[in-house]
Amino acid sequence: MLLMVNGEVRQVRAATLAELLRELEYEGEWLATARNGEIVHREARAECRLADGDRIEILSPMQGG
Amino acid sequence: MLTLYGNEYPSRLLLGTAQYPSPAILSQAVKASGASLITVSLRRESAGGKAGGAFWELIRGLDVEVLANTAGCHSVKEAVTTARMAREVFATNRIKLEVIGNADTLQPDVFALVEAARILTAEGFEVFPYTTEDLVVAERLVEAGCQVLMPWCAPIGSAKGPLNLDALRSLRGHFPQVPLVVDAGLGRPSHAAQVMELGFDAVLLNTAVAKAGDPVAMAGAFAKAVEAGHIAFQAGLLEPRDMAVPSTPVLGKATFQ
Repeated sequence: MLLMVNGEVRQVRAATLAELLRELEYEGEWLATARNGEIVHREARAECRLADGDRIEILSPMQGG
Repeated sequence: MLTLYGNEYPSRLLLGTAQYPSPAILSQAVKASGASLITVSLRRESAGGKAGGAFWELIRGLDVEVLANTAGCHSVKEAVTTARMAREVFATNRIKLEVIGNADTLQPDVFALVEAARILTAEGFEVFPYTTEDLVVAERLVEAGCQVLMPWCAPIGSAKGPLNLDALRSLRGHFPQVPLVVDAGLGRPSHAAQVMELGFDAVLLNTAVAKAGDPVAMAGAFAKAVEAGHIAFQAGLLEPRDMAVPSTPVLGKATFQ
């Protein structure tokens, strides 16, 4: 299916958010995720089923002022 | 001692972590500043990327508490979602709430700010709102549950120093019990001392240190200025007078004519 991941169009096989992270080789307990503008908590990623056209944000700690 | 949401901090300097020449200089600057609270943010991680993890390791190694921000958010929804994500990653209820209203001045959208503050406070967040020096907005933020206010003194990164001292003084006068932190616009240690002399509780700065010729030395200079300004406020400053007043006693002066 086609997803928008961090602003880029991606063709993926993953059916859930947890699978998506594995497929795109994300790792680390410091990631935060959102689907269509709503946070998806770490423990909810495995149950978060993706749909064509979903907008996914995958964030991590960065420098800030 | 600086007390914010019931937590005590030995330093009255809050420091940002962005724009340093290197991670090593960032670490040294944080140490030199003595800051007990440093700001961090969340940004998109590229697939397979490790940048966020490496940065987070560095920050955790500093053993300083973090204040996550919602920098770059332009709407209530963006800011609220970012705050919720930050809480999960950084494991803290503290959030520096920024909702930008104008791209040129980075002026906060104070209407959205108040709304987001209300939502986040209800969810148990400790909201540190980046706001303007507007008194009525400050009142609304306090009503929304904010227990600290962080007015700018000039646009972010402008290094102009306090542009409206009267408004800052007025804020201090109206909110004697609310911790006030000047956030944004400080360029020099003297600017920091100036607002601390008004009785502000702390300052938050980033660019003035990170972009200095020697960020580590500048972090130390700001730390001294903040402390000097605070002690001066507590000591009671002399108000300016229009006429000269001799400092040496006149009584007992010899006459030679």
